Amino acid sequence: MDPVDLIIATVVLAAGTFAFRFAGPVLRARVTLSPRAEKLTAMAAVVLLAALVAIWTFTQDGGFAGYARPAGVLAGGVLAWRKAPFVVIVLAAAATTALLRLVGVP
Amino acid sequence: MRSIWRTLDRDLARDIGLVCLADLVVGVSYGAITVTSGFPVWAPMLLSLLVFAGASQFMFVGIVASGGNPIAAVVAGLLANARHLPFGFAIGDVLGERWASRLVGSHLMIDESVAFALAQRDADRRRAAYWACGIGLFVCWNLGVVVGAFAGTVISDTDALGLDAAFPAVMFALVLPSLKDRATRLPVLVGVVVALATTPFLPAGLPVLLALVGVLAGVVAKDPAERPEPVPEPEEVC
Repeated sequence: MDPVDLIIATVVLAAGTFAFRFAGPVLRARVTLSPRAEKLTAMAAVVLLAALVAIWTFTQDGGFAGYARPAGVLAGGVLAWRKAPFVVIVLAAAATTALLRLVGVP
Repeated sequence: MRSIWRTLDRDLARDIGLVCLADLVVGVSYGAITVTSGFPVWAPMLLSLLVFAGASQFMFVGIVASGGNPIAAVVAGLLANARHLPFGFAIGDVLGERWASRLVGSHLMIDESVAFALAQRDADRRRAAYWACGIGLFVCWNLGVVVGAFAGTVISDTDALGLDAAFPAVMFALVLPSLKDRATRLPVLVGVVVALATTPFLPAGLPVLLALVGVLAGVVAKDPAERPEPVPEPEEVC
């Protein structure tokens, strides 16, 4: 790819991304939200993050991600639910998946 | 700025540091993958500094490297990043009133900083968590990318380390406190089902946005009788 085209594409992607990021806080400061609407915006963010968790856990390029990754997330998830420290959650999730892959689980 | 570091307690700082470390490793792999797929060394660094959104950066590089149209790569990246609009609506208040802090804070808005902010109880901790995570990740991500771009294929396969499982697990742990609120559970369930069901058919980024129908489900289920007053629905602005 031509370097100039690459720079233009990068700048356009960056500008668009920044516009998405900046629009929320600016619009938010302009309108006074009712407590109920404010709860809904927080709920929307939680719903988005939960959807990301599900997509990252189960899918890869639009297909099934295999069994090793969901198993690792499950291990980390159970530990999170049992209020384990963050370090334990991260290490357990990564180690479970890495070990399963090591023994050949896809 | 000093008050942020004072509000951050030891545990929160350590949790954020851990996520930054994991992101650094992914950054190394991003830099390496990008350069080995034929991009100049400066390309992953420029993307990471200016775009600073991992998933969209991987997508952009993947599409261009496989001979795709750069316009398609930009559109795909923008679609993946559209979720920052509802994110900003939810946590906009942590960025403060000053334009300078709004400009800088907006650029630091990523999944992790939003999730850390939402998981905190009071406003001071929310602000501290957001800024610490945003700044920490910006530094670590870009540092990792520089190392990866120059060192090449040191860690090109983070899957062998299981890091792809660590990120969803971290995010789940951060979302978990919000799920204690019963009113949030139905919207989350609906959103997750919609996102997973549409993932095989839609371009990446869109299924995540479609999860917002879960919020509608929550509104309808909560007050079947009373129509909500003009609430700015995040769905509509997207």
